[in-house]
Amino acid sequence: MTRAWKWTLPLAVFVAIVGFLYVGLFRDPREVPSPLIGKPAPAFALHQLHAPDKTLTTADMRGKVWLLNVWASWCESCRVEHPLLVEMSRQNLVTIVGLNYKDKDDLGKAWLAARGDPYAVSVVDADGRVGIDWGVYGVPETFVVDKQGVIRYKQIGPVTVDALQKKIVPLIRELQKS
Amino acid sequence: MLSRGFSWRWTAILLLATGAATAQVSADGALDSRLKRLEGELRCLVCQNQTLADSNAPLAEDLRREVRELAVAGKSDDQIRAFLTERYGDFVLYNPPVKRTTWLLWFGPFILLAAGALMWWRIGTNPSRPDSGAPEAPSRDDDATAAARGQALLDAPLSEPRRAAPVSPSTARR
Repeated sequence: MTRAWKWTLPLAVFVAIVGFLYVGLFRDPREVPSPLIGKPAPAFALHQLHAPDKTLTTADMRGKVWLLNVWASWCESCRVEHPLLVEMSRQNLVTIVGLNYKDKDDLGKAWLAARGDPYAVSVVDADGRVGIDWGVYGVPETFVVDKQGVIRYKQIGPVTVDALQKKIVPLIRELQKS
Repeated sequence: MLSRGFSWRWTAILLLATGAATAQVSADGALDSRLKRLEGELRCLVCQNQTLADSNAPLAEDLRREVRELAVAGKSDDQIRAFLTERYGDFVLYNPPVKRTTWLLWFGPFILLAAGALMWWRIGTNPSRPDSGAPEAPSRDDDATAAARGQALLDAPLSEPRRAAPVSPSTARR
């Protein structure tokens, strides 16, 4: 080994380790990237919350860019993101479908009545099976689905102003153009 | 005679029933232990550092239900693992598969070990190095360099114009 190696090698190893740790500082270990991004949205046929005799299927949403927002009346962080969803629906930006996850219908309806209903349709996933199909592991989660029915983005945790401005809204605009 | 035949028949029925029940229990036992083992190598996504078997999170309960139903429906362990990784990614597996994105994870430690061994060997077998562990190796070269460097340090303040002004002893001591 040459003399230069004697100090450059430990330095390089040190810098590499610091680099890994530094990147790790800003990553949330609770965010597990979804393998479903870029794949067709898992099909469902679910009862509508406000019209139990009617169903909504993923096929009904073909040709539209839409959001699937997983929510529940028992979910604390849903309250945080809810005003943003209401605002999005007021601006008529995109069709939002609500997946009322492992909730009681009455509680869900009361929750929407009190806070405003941003959803074009809310569907009922009482036993959480559709949630499992979509890889949901916490509430809220929000998926962006394109016109071909492919999942393009997943927001884990509440939708934030930052996420809307930087990712979700630009993505929706781009997908709606195509 | 009739009553005797009757009792024999009953005994036979009872024996059969007991046998069937025992078989049922052992089949359940086999399924249970298979599920226990499988759930022990799957991660609960909510708690992250617990397995599906250990976790009481509602999602873990749902996933255990799902895994049990798949197993009862005759799916193999691999099919059940595939069901979960399609939805949640390799993160659910405590035993991640070897693929391009996990090469560093699988082979990194061995590469580090090999690099360390290589360095150890190089240092240990290079007789020209002072830290080679070979006392007979002359280290005069390094002594000479060290002496030269020391001399350079001594000379440096005087040769640099901005330090040319003498430093007062009180400042120097601080």
